[in-house]
Amino acid sequence: MSTIIDGLSLGSIYALIALGYTMVYGIAKMLNFAHGDIIMVGAYTIFSTLMVGDSVPLKIIAILLSVLVCTVLGVSVERIAYRPLRGASPLAVLITAIGVSYFLQSLAQLIFGAKSHTIETLIPGAFHIGSVRITYATLLTLLVGAAVMAGLTIFIAKTKTGRAMVAVSEDRGAAELMGIHVNGIIALTFAIGSALAALAGFFYLMQIPATNPTLGSMPGIKAFTAAVIGGIGSIPGAMIGGILLGVIEKLCLSITPLSPYTTAIEFSLLILILLVKPTGLLGRKRREKV
Amino acid sequence: MKKNGYFAAVKKGFKPKYYFNYALVSFALILFIALEMSGILKRSYANLLTQIGFSIILAVSLNLVVGFLGELSLGHAGFMCIGAYIGTWFSQLLAPVIASFAIRLILAMLVGGICAALFGILVGIPALRLKGDYLAIVTLAFGEIVRNIFKNLPWFGKSYGMPTETYGTKLFIIALLAVLFTLFVIQNLMRSKHGRAITAIRDSEIAAKSMGVNVTFYKILAFSVAAFFAGIAGVIYGAYTTPILYSFFSFNYSIEILVMVVLGGMGSITGSIVSATLLTLINFLLTANLSGDMAALKYMIYALILIGMVIYNNAPALKKYRDRFSLSILFSRIRERFVRTTPATVKDDAAAWDRVPTKILSDEILSTDLQLTTSAPDKPDKPKGDK
Repeated sequence: MSTIIDGLSLGSIYALIALGYTMVYGIAKMLNFAHGDIIMVGAYTIFSTLMVGDSVPLKIIAILLSVLVCTVLGVSVERIAYRPLRGASPLAVLITAIGVSYFLQSLAQLIFGAKSHTIETLIPGAFHIGSVRITYATLLTLLVGAAVMAGLTIFIAKTKTGRAMVAVSEDRGAAELMGIHVNGIIALTFAIGSALAALAGFFYLMQIPATNPTLGSMPGIKAFTAAVIGGIGSIPGAMIGGILLGVIEKLCLSITPLSPYTTAIEFSLLILILLVKPTGLLGRKRREKV
Repeated sequence: MKKNGYFAAVKKGFKPKYYFNYALVSFALILFIALEMSGILKRSYANLLTQIGFSIILAVSLNLVVGFLGELSLGHAGFMCIGAYIGTWFSQLLAPVIASFAIRLILAMLVGGICAALFGILVGIPALRLKGDYLAIVTLAFGEIVRNIFKNLPWFGKSYGMPTETYGTKLFIIALLAVLFTLFVIQNLMRSKHGRAITAIRDSEIAAKSMGVNVTFYKILAFSVAAFFAGIAGVIYGAYTTPILYSFFSFNYSIEILVMVVLGGMGSITGSIVSATLLTLINFLLTANLSGDMAALKYMIYALILIGMVIYNNAPALKKYRDRFSLSILFSRIRERFVRTTPATVKDDAAAWDRVPTKILSDEILSTDLQLTTSAPDKPDKPKGDK
């Protein structure tokens, strides 16, 4: 039982990251491999803010600051590295994203060194329901994760900007003709995705309280997998995929003979799902026209 | 990229571009063997040559999938991993039977390559159902699965790595010979009708299918041939360093190979060779000059070079600068300077007929004198095929 709750909490972290991947993919049609490293930047922002001191208001400031830094970073990366390549081949954009990823990692290594820094537990304490022990950190992750996902769904479905995003992802040319500011929408997508990544970075630090320059790469790849399992480009798909992957990861880790093979099992699951449903669980089929 | 298409391949005969690559590698091989014999070649440079050798094999073989078949593969290091572990394990198994390390190495290359190719077939099968980014993530997943399994299997040294015997400095000779073999197989494959089928699938799968190309067969063929050579590169890597560590074959390494292919130009084998050499060299120089915490600077420079090159090469807004300063235009300018090109002379009879000044007259005669068809004399016979 506690394994499943842990899994849900890890799953919501993956879901938050996967949302960033899937939104950027849906709207800008690119795989943003630097997304995982934005988590890392968020984690380092929290780390360096907390070097000043350790109090509750400072923690809140740290979170807000990391969201701000990541948002600015996401938008500026889009502006500098990806926008000049709009209309170029997707592979070129992919390589640039990889370049950005390397750049951010090496920047972090230059500033903070290659060693990992541990930080104080962000939210200590736990409570019990029956025999199940739940930490406050887990509870907060679950609550915030659910709130963000609900908020994002409402934002996409109800607001004018949200509808504009859907329009851009369906047909960029037509959206532009309808008077939608496509570049602005894409920048906004990167902003939202990066802000979610900052939140994910904070939750990740609550689970594993240590920062290092490659902190973002593995969660990034896992979250990307989650986005693909759910059907890349689909927002509910990213949530389902993320939570599914988190639960499975924690379940595998809790069974002793399987635990070393957790990564292999997760990725095999991905391949199996894609073999049965080639566009993920909730992905739309796209018919090819001749 | 399009130059390797159908028409270029149809014209048979001597084509310098196919032999240029062999010449390039053979020249390097002979030069460095000579240097090695005379003892000038430093150990670190011999190691660099080996590295360049297996990088070229990896880049050229990945180019088969990415450049010629047109499918993105992010798990090339996974195939290399299979080759390295299984090939080296096989070579150690043979140690009591065959004393010569070189012969064992070649056998190991075959075995490692074949094992990797079998897995290539395995990865090629989902490729039949999946497209684009979905296929890319499957290859990524494959690479991670392979790494994870080899890390945990008990007979490959687990996470401490698998200890191997290394070949020493002369390994670069074998590596470069393997490069020649790779070029021989892949270039000839691409020149054959099978190669044309593979590029046809890249250009339009539906069109290729409707022309009777067996898409299933050729996709699996491309994946398994690429995997075979990645396996060979893995065996060379196994003889180059010890121990073989699972962490080397990470996703990042697959990406590094992909970067070589993309920077060299997808579908250009010469491009892959040049960019694999250059990137390995840059890596080597940066590693040699920056150590400790400055090692991060190496990745930063690498990243900046990467971003700059890709944006310069692809950004639509920079096209006019590209046209002015492009390397291929530079080459053609140099060529113009040295190679005197004579204006083409017309040998086409039909075209010659069109230039006969009295053509209009004769046309009139032909069209008006309907009864007197024999009264169109004193004119050259109009050749067939005109209009």
